[in-house]
Amino acid sequence: MSTPGFHQRIRFSINGRIVEREVPVRQTLADFIRDALGLTATRLGCEHGVCGACTVIVDGASVRACLMLAVQADGAEVRTVEGLAQDDELSPLQKAFLDHHALQCGFCTSGFLMTATDLAAHGAGSNETEIREALSGNLCRCTGYANLVDAIAAVLKEQAAKRE
Amino acid sequence: MKPPNFLYARPDTLEDALRLLSEHGTGAKLLAGGQSLVPMLNLRMAEPKLLIDMNRVAELSGIERENGKLRIGALTRHRALETSREAAQAEPMIARAAREIGHLAIRNRGTIGGSIAHADPSAEWPLLAVALDARVELRSTARTRTVAAREFFTGPFTTAAGADEILTAVEFPCAPQQSGFGFQELCRRPGDFAIVAAAGRVRMRDGRCIGATLAIGGADATPRHIAEIDRIVAGSRGEDAVVREAAAAAARVLDPSGDIHASAEYRRKMAAVLVTRALREAFASVAANS
Ligand SMILES: Cc1cc2nc3c(=O)[nH]c(=O)nc-3n(C[C@H](O)[C@H](O)[C@H](O)COP(=O)(O)OP(=O)(O)OC[C@H]3O[C@@H](n4cnc5c(N)ncnc54)[C@H](O)[C@@H]3O)c2cc1C
Ligand code: FES
Ligand code: FES
Repeated sequence: MSTPGFHQRIRFSINGRIVEREVPVRQTLADFIRDALGLTATRLGCEHGVCGACTVIVDGASVRACLMLAVQADGAEVRTVEGLAQDDELSPLQKAFLDHHALQCGFCTSGFLMTATDLAAHGAGSNETEIREALSGNLCRCTGYANLVDAIAAVLKEQAAKRE
Repeated sequence: MKPPNFLYARPDTLEDALRLLSEHGTGAKLLAGGQSLVPMLNLRMAEPKLLIDMNRVAELSGIERENGKLRIGALTRHRALETSREAAQAEPMIARAAREIGHLAIRNRGTIGGSIAHADPSAEWPLLAVALDARVELRSTARTRTVAAREFFTGPFTTAAGADEILTAVEFPCAPQQSGFGFQELCRRPGDFAIVAAAGRVRMRDGRCIGATLAIGGADATPRHIAEIDRIVAGSRGEDAVVREAAAAAARVLDPSGDIHASAEYRRKMAAVLVTRALREAFASVAANS
């Protein structure tokens, strides 16, 4: 165990790229991603876990980047919305968001996409009530939720059909 | 909305964590899932000198069944408990309660030990621990002791744990044969903290109740075990009049306080409603299982 300090060197992977930096231990993962790495699609709304705008995926599970310290990501695999598209090909969820008009100002969109990516990766059902419950931790102030639910349901349905 | 300055340590073993805690005393804070502590840091409601991050202490997570008990390591995440088959087989109310905690991203990080140490009077794990008469294991450099959950919570956000102690595990009794549970929670939106919640279990033999345990969260300074309920429902078949009498008894002993979410009077009334629903659910589920 290293001695307690105000700074620590960390190394982790973000969207498949390895980064190694010294970070102030008080810096949140969200601030590190935005300010140090310049990946500004991860948004900060409330900074206390309520709005979901900062949701990213750490080691396969969606988490609030405002409630994790950057130093805690040491050794982890982090995915942000910038990592969803493959060679400029949008992910199925991103495409569905476009097709279903699931965004307006876009402030909440990255958070919703990361939550939905976690759902899709864990084989969630496409039942509307379940999707609504799963989205309860993400707030959108302009679109209303109907188009978001439709977009995500369409992708989960297609996924389920492929599995059969 | 940024955390204050603090020192950070990331021990790999419980022994190192305990040593750091004993050296730094009340200036140190333990970091588990961070889903209550980091908001408090961001809001500057907590300003520790040293943060001891327990997330790499592997020996603190895990779910184990032994001798009729389910032992859950403090660092076990809400999500792991929501999806654990072992936990669901031992005590199905665990998965039922876990689902109600916050949102997926919160459950992916938050831990049972953190929730119990935090002692929010509306939180699910403290309620379940009191309802089911769980025991809480505490370790310091000097000793290990266990405390009944019913004695562990001493007030809102206050517990019997000392400043040098780490909560290491929670031990639930496995659900007895021929019993059923009820878990009822009132909140405005999925994922919100409960305004009031009730959790209980009834045991039956030959169609008659031979024991009941029930607790209420959100309607007093700590989750409240309502001992009278056992006396009222024992010997009954779960008839409506008995259930109503139990609900009235619960409402009488509670001392709720009002806040922006609900008035004290509303909480008391809802407590009675939720006790009624929880007991009905419990009786119905034994009937369905046998
Ligand atoms: C948006 C949102 C919604 C939420 N909704 C709910 C809800 O509906 N129901 C609910 O119950 N909770 C809810 N929570 C809180 C969540 O469950 C937390 O995970 C939990 O309260 C604390 O657990 P933690 O592991 O995150 O602990 P931390 O935040 O890391 O720690 C909390 C406190 O406990 C202390 N501590 C932690 N672990 C230990 C230990 N092993 N020994 C001694 N002390 C320890 C810490 O020092 C700190 O003071 C919500 C949180 C958020 C952000
Ligand atoms: S900014 Fe993290 S949840 Fe709102
Ligand atoms: S699209 Fe504007 S907040 Fe959701």
